[in-house]
Amino acid sequence: MSIFINRDSRIIVQGITGRMAQFHTKEMLDYGSNVVGGVVPGKAGEKVHGVPVFNTVKEAVAATGADASLVFVPPPFAADSIMEAADAGIRYCVCITDGIPAQDMIRVKRYMMRYPREKRMVLTGPNCAGTITPGQALLGIMPGHIYLTGPVGIVGRSGTLGYEAAQQLKDLGIGVSTSVGIGGDPINGSSFRDILEEFENDPATEVICMIGEIGGPQEAEAAEYIQNHMTKPVIAYIAGLTAPKGRTMGHAGAIISAFGESASEKVEILTAAGVTVAENPSVIGETIARVMNKHAA
Amino acid sequence: MDIHEYQAKEILKSFGVTVPDGALAYSPEQAAYRAREMGGNRWVVKAQVHAGGRGKAGGVKLCSSDHEILDVCSDMFGMKLVTHQTGPEGKGVYRVYVEAATAFDREIYLGFVLDRSSQRIMIVASAEGGMEIEEISATRPDSIVRQTVEPAVGLRDFQAREIAFALGIPAELTQQMVRTLQGCYRAFTDLDATMVEINPLVITSDQRIMALDAKMTFDTNALFRHPQISELRDKSQEDPRESRAADRGLAYIGLSGNIGCIVNGAGLAMATMDTIKLAGGEPANFLDIGGGATPERVAKAFRLVTSDKNVQAVLVNIFAGINRCDWVAEGVVQALKMEPVDVPVIVRLAGTNVEEGQKILAKSGLPIIRANSLMEAATRAVTAWKNDTAQNTKLRAAK
Repeated sequence: MSIFINRDSRIIVQGITGRMAQFHTKEMLDYGSNVVGGVVPGKAGEKVHGVPVFNTVKEAVAATGADASLVFVPPPFAADSIMEAADAGIRYCVCITDGIPAQDMIRVKRYMMRYPREKRMVLTGPNCAGTITPGQALLGIMPGHIYLTGPVGIVGRSGTLGYEAAQQLKDLGIGVSTSVGIGGDPINGSSFRDILEEFENDPATEVICMIGEIGGPQEAEAAEYIQNHMTKPVIAYIAGLTAPKGRTMGHAGAIISAFGESASEKVEILTAAGVTVAENPSVIGETIARVMNKHAA
Repeated sequence: MDIHEYQAKEILKSFGVTVPDGALAYSPEQAAYRAREMGGNRWVVKAQVHAGGRGKAGGVKLCSSDHEILDVCSDMFGMKLVTHQTGPEGKGVYRVYVEAATAFDREIYLGFVLDRSSQRIMIVASAEGGMEIEEISATRPDSIVRQTVEPAVGLRDFQAREIAFALGIPAELTQQMVRTLQGCYRAFTDLDATMVEINPLVITSDQRIMALDAKMTFDTNALFRHPQISELRDKSQEDPRESRAADRGLAYIGLSGNIGCIVNGAGLAMATMDTIKLAGGEPANFLDIGGGATPERVAKAFRLVTSDKNVQAVLVNIFAGINRCDWVAEGVVQALKMEPVDVPVIVRLAGTNVEEGQKILAKSGLPIIRANSLMEAATRAVTAWKNDTAQNTKLRAAK
């Protein structure tokens, strides 16, 4: 088991003819992801690395039975592409695009609500590195080889910090069930809480590593969920202890604008909820190992 | 992106919000002339800087004669206004806004924000205007009224009326308040703002609802569809290093420490700063060079980071994912040859082909200090900076 994607996921890439999208499509195919199609309006009939291109997501779904999508569309058009995926019956969508206007994302989230829960697409991102179920499927831009298969679920805002955690786990011989990037934008498809719930219900996941940062209420919401609803141990790292207030630190969402949004406040809230917080990013791996050993004992 | 008060007022006025008569001036003489042109006998002279808290910092003055305006303005122009939002370096005053002074009965706080909990636009209002919203939430939280807006239908009049009644606005002014709220909401959505704040919104003595101050912030990700807003950018209000970086597509924030950072990824960049602090140092900057550490990009980053005279050591932390460490190492070596630096450089590489990368750094003959983990890199950077500083002090003493 895993969350969101596995070896049976049938994946399309929206915006597949772009330079970066072509590159990462190749990476995904090499990893063994089942990429069945691409979508670019007006480019039906073309092929990218042997993958057929369709004009619309509906056509791609009808022809390939696709159920997952990777959005690689430039910021002005990305929100439209996500809505197109939701309307075509895609079950799980990852949006990589960085720089989507926040109000476009508000509309995307509202649009997705028009479908009843059982038909509603799950979106992660935008502005994320994607999702990987090691050994089965890669739906994103992360380097697949740093992930071993194993029991740790990873969820984080930052791509490279997620890699840091996976690499440290690999060096310790520990693997990952699924790793999900929720992205660095203020309005995002899924929150930490949403992903934690998935991991709590996933038999393949035994322990969860959550990588947060300054800005926004989602780490605090996660803390409340962990305290009241989770049985599996959670280890967290929060970046931005030295970040000044009121400044946007690279990610559009990484800005301290209200009480409870600084790294030290988040660490305090998570610690109070029973989460083991790694003090610095070099010890994320060993902290997870320690918690796993304690749990096994 | 922030804009000035006078610009925000002009925008809000075009959306039907009532604002006082006012005019912009670039010199004391122009300010006095503008006041005469406007007529009346009392004016408010307001320093135009991208920061709140101007009143307490001496950036807002009431004047009742030409002489007073000239006096006040000659102090104001060119000064660095330091408010609780600017940091100790303050913001330069190069424009002032002259407004007809308004007599009012009541002050209201009104704000529109992107609420990250509901993931919608939220209106925040309080009958306790004039104070900062942080102060209101601390002292009078019960006075705060909130409404979130359903994005599919926008702000409804009934919601605006609910706010008006909750604030205790007289019934005969309800329609004016609804018009003000709807104007702000439309400005927010039509122009992709991330914040609209009117503090205070007043009920004037002649029973009008008027914005005495206005602040708007815009979503930089949406500027591509609002060229008229992009033109309002005022570089004099930005840190020059940050403007330069932004123009070169690098995400850079200047800080006050002395260990410069060059990192790929925003999260990893923040984590690098934090680790430097844990190791006993202070980061000089945040810098995310993004994916693909090409020699040109790394060289550009070195130029930017070392242009800060406080920088006494540079820590490069790259996680090569899709890239390979050997390529990144080549990039760092080439960049250092293109752009030699006279402070210790500490490089930590991780990810694909890390051993080959380390070999390239070792063979380059450059005095690069290498590290395996981020903690190790930070510790070495702090030690190198301290040794370097000690050595320099000795050198200076010897001279």
